[in-house]
Amino acid sequence: MSARPVVFRGARLLDPASGYDGPGSLIVSEGRVGEMRRGDGAIEVSDDVRVVEANGALLCPGLIDLRVKTGEPGAEPKETLKSAARAAAAGGVTSVVVQPDTDPVIDDPAVVDFILRRARDIDIVHVYPAGAATEGLLGQGMAEIGLMHEAGCVYVTNADRPIVDSRVMRRLLAYAGGLGVLVAHRPADPWLTAGAAATESEFAGRMGLASEPVAAETIMLERDLALVELTGARFMVDQISAAAPLASLARARAKGLPVIATASINHLSFNELDIGDYRTFCKLTPPLRGEDDRLALIEALSCGLVDIVVSAHAPAPPEDKRLPYDEAAPGSVGLQTLLPALLTLHHEGRVPLARLIHAVTLGPAEAIGVAAGRLTPGAPADLVLCDVNAPLLIDAAALISKSRNSAFDGRRLQGVVLMTLVDGRIVHEA
Amino acid sequence: MNPLAPGVDEVRARTFPFPGRHFLSVTDLNPVEVGDLLDLADGFVALNRQKNKKLDLLKGRTLINLFFEASTRTQSSFELAGKRLGADVVNMSPRASSIVKGETLVDTAVTLNAMQPDILVVRHASSGAASLLSQKVSCSVINAGDGQHEHPTQAMLDALSMRRAFGRIGGLTVAICGDVLHSRVARSNVALLTMLGANVRVVGPPTLMPTDVGRWGVEAHHDLKTGIAGADVVMMLRLQLERMDGQLVPSMREFFRLWGLDREKLARAAPGVRVMHPGPMNRGVEIDSDVADDLAVSLIQDQVEMGVAVRMAILASLAARLDNR
Repeated sequence: MSARPVVFRGARLLDPASGYDGPGSLIVSEGRVGEMRRGDGAIEVSDDVRVVEANGALLCPGLIDLRVKTGEPGAEPKETLKSAARAAAAGGVTSVVVQPDTDPVIDDPAVVDFILRRARDIDIVHVYPAGAATEGLLGQGMAEIGLMHEAGCVYVTNADRPIVDSRVMRRLLAYAGGLGVLVAHRPADPWLTAGAAATESEFAGRMGLASEPVAAETIMLERDLALVELTGARFMVDQISAAAPLASLARARAKGLPVIATASINHLSFNELDIGDYRTFCKLTPPLRGEDDRLALIEALSCGLVDIVVSAHAPAPPEDKRLPYDEAAPGSVGLQTLLPALLTLHHEGRVPLARLIHAVTLGPAEAIGVAAGRLTPGAPADLVLCDVNAPLLIDAAALISKSRNSAFDGRRLQGVVLMTLVDGRIVHEA
Repeated sequence: MNPLAPGVDEVRARTFPFPGRHFLSVTDLNPVEVGDLLDLADGFVALNRQKNKKLDLLKGRTLINLFFEASTRTQSSFELAGKRLGADVVNMSPRASSIVKGETLVDTAVTLNAMQPDILVVRHASSGAASLLSQKVSCSVINAGDGQHEHPTQAMLDALSMRRAFGRIGGLTVAICGDVLHSRVARSNVALLTMLGANVRVVGPPTLMPTDVGRWGVEAHHDLKTGIAGADVVMMLRLQLERMDGQLVPSMREFFRLWGLDREKLARAAPGVRVMHPGPMNRGVEIDSDVADDLAVSLIQDQVEMGVAVRMAILASLAARLDNR
């Protein structure tokens, strides 16, 4: 467990907890963040310490990704926990929360325990399970939320299957809220979204694609927010994606409701036109929205209305993607591209760097109650060292995930992960 | 050069090669290329009315009709077009065989491609299917209808029918009526006719209109009576009940009352109006038999005849491009 101590010298330290963003050095020992020396001052080290000259590269907490799908258990050819963990380490992601829509579903404390044991065996990055909110994700009876929480699940969600029955949702929020368990839900009206492969628009109409209106998200979110008001439970909006639901979220925040929201990096990076000539790597849930919605989402991230950015990593092999658009599986892999794609918003001057890093470190850490995500002395030494300006051409074929369905394939980004540490151990080095 | 088809030879001698390896969308063409193809098709219309209809422009070539959706007229039209130009034509309806065994669209196409066909004619229920195949095979692909996206050869044959009836397309007022939402015919026709300078209207109930259809460069009408007022061409679309997920109109009789074409409503159109329908018709739903069967008004039979000629023109042009490689 305890690896050789490491000292980073001459880094740009960015600590979302203290708000420090400036030059400095950082000592890592016993798997924890040690002393942080601000400024350019020299730091004394003994001989057994590995010294990393950062040359001004960004050193910040490792990323915490709250929405990752793997194929384990049940669909290992898509992605295993190990392949996902390796992709995460290469992308500077040091903690992942896996979604419960596996086979079997993570709706039982034994499956929670299985995931945690597998993660311990693989021992690359931290893996936390999200439990199913309802048994079998069927949206009817509650799953054993209390037992799963005891076993180590960090929040409950119904993954991609919205909970249609408002009574179930109300009881879920009340019950989980009473136990202090965070409930996440992706709002989508099941009837308005039935069969849809795109967002309703002139473009989708021309392309002849079955489409859903943005109102499908707004309607369900308004219901959820009304139930949050009724129950007082902590609630996380999973992948908010458009301007209209953001307005609903802003109203709920203004009322002081305990609501946080995530946005996927895909919806911050692409709009519906990226579907182009039926490019199935850009088929996502929720479907890509218009450019106005994308800009509204960026603005919401910038002002803190959206708290957290997720990769929405969803591996799909060629047999699920090399199909006509309406038959193809939705989703894009994203663990390896999350950080450089996020940095695009910094390079374009749209969102301050500190805000971006907060949304993938301290923001998610506070949501799920883990001690990582900060450079506070004594915190777990989950760190990423990144050359923010180095250019990067995304080649899906070269990704580490077992499935290479990246919406970013062919994109030019900036931001190369130089080193990733988990509990003070180097798990990736470029 | 075949002396049986002087018109064909003359056009072939003066026109440029087909612009691409595939024919997937009417937007692949510019107005000049459309005009050339229609000129060529005119020659094939004359040829098809002779006793000896056979040319050897596609001699030795193999054409595969790959129809994942049932079709009578389009498939037989391509088959006849291929055979009249001398190609070997194979018809495949994979619904019945490999798809049931779980083979994907791309696998099926790649398998057929390995048998070295020259042209693959594809119809599939998914938008973008023909484009997907064109990226995975080495032969030429012709889109014979992809989901709700495009049916470019239908738009070409409609344009030929209109041009022969009116002598022009530019300036005509064309009302495309009915189930626009589910219609690939409507999408291809809107793109082609607006490109050729026609004034296009789309007419139908709001539930059967695509989102923001007014931004396609057409006038959108919800009332058939105002929608066809003064129109030179009224193109009725088939109500595609098989593509409807849930109820979009209350009943067939209400649809016919409000959006079905009968003599009384047709009287509002321009004098000399011609009625078109891509077929197959739902008589008594979108069109009254009295109108459909009136040869003084209806172009529906002409459309079928023009279909063979237009497809011959497209096949001949694509094949000429293959010859040049």
